[in-house]
Amino acid sequence: GPLAERRLMDVRLGELPTWLATCDLSPQGLLGGVRKAWSSYYDKYINVKRGGPAGISMLLAGYCLLSYVWNYQHISKISFLVSV
Amino acid sequence: MNLSFFDQFASPYFLGIPLILLSMLFPTLLFPTPNNRWITNRLSTIQLWSLHSITKQLMAPLNKEGHKWALILTSLTMLLLTINLLGLLPYTFTPTTQLSMNMALAFPLWLATLLTGLRNQPSISLGHLLPEGTPTPLIPALIMIETTSLLIRPLALGVRLTANLTAGHLLIQLISTAITALLPIMPTVSILTTSILFLLTILEVAVAMIQAYVFVLLLSLYLQENI
Repeated sequence: GPLAERRLMDVRLGELPTWLATCDLSPQGLLGGVRKAWSSYYDKYINVKRGGPAGISMLLAGYCLLSYVWNYQHISKISFLVSV
Repeated sequence: MNLSFFDQFASPYFLGIPLILLSMLFPTLLFPTPNNRWITNRLSTIQLWSLHSITKQLMAPLNKEGHKWALILTSLTMLLLTINLLGLLPYTFTPTTQLSMNMALAFPLWLATLLTGLRNQPSISLGHLLPEGTPTPLIPALIMIETTSLLIRPLALGVRLTANLTAGHLLIQLISTAITALLPIMPTVSILTTSILFLLTILEVAVAMIQAYVFVLLLSLYLQENI
């Protein structure tokens, strides 16, 4: 279909800048995008009939990764030069 | 090396943006709103079951008036439980290690119980300052002791939670530093210390859950006296 109506996963890499120009980048637009992303993740992995620990575990692993990225600048200052 | 062991408790910032709000709001993602169906997903079922059992157990000793507090006490339990347990994941930040947050939770809730008691049943509330059966000469001293104990309750609530969690996180960091430092030097001692770390992690999971429960249990006890 036309570029403006396609979802992110259907956009080809070369078309990415033009697709970004067509989407709504106001605070409400970004918030709506976040809500859509969360509800598609939730409906695909957690809100299923026979779910397991995988849905929540992926979320927690992502949270740990995000915390690592946020702390990296602080952690990288450690030097393991321990004197015996 | 300018890092100290207390750096893990510094309020996190990223490019100047405070992240403590995000770490306090993240638990909301883990509790999806149940929709209107009879059978929802397994996560919602487990959470609703645990929510019901916590509420029943918390509200059992309270009278009808006290049941108005069910919502706030149960949501407080779930908040503290999730925040404490999430803090045990690697690299995460635990907001409940900050005394400011725990005092902000403890002080208003304790004050609310106190004011409810003093407003609705002032003589009964004040009567709690003197235990039954005290010998008459001891009465003045005991009233002062009981007043002090009453006034120190919010401080105790806040500091108990902070101290337990902070001590646990510090111990974990200290023992893992010891393991990392000992590994090239004395590998056997390092492996033995790893077993200590394993036991300590189990203890920390238990402490995280128990401290959340104790916080809310004590608040419900203070409520029982006053409502």
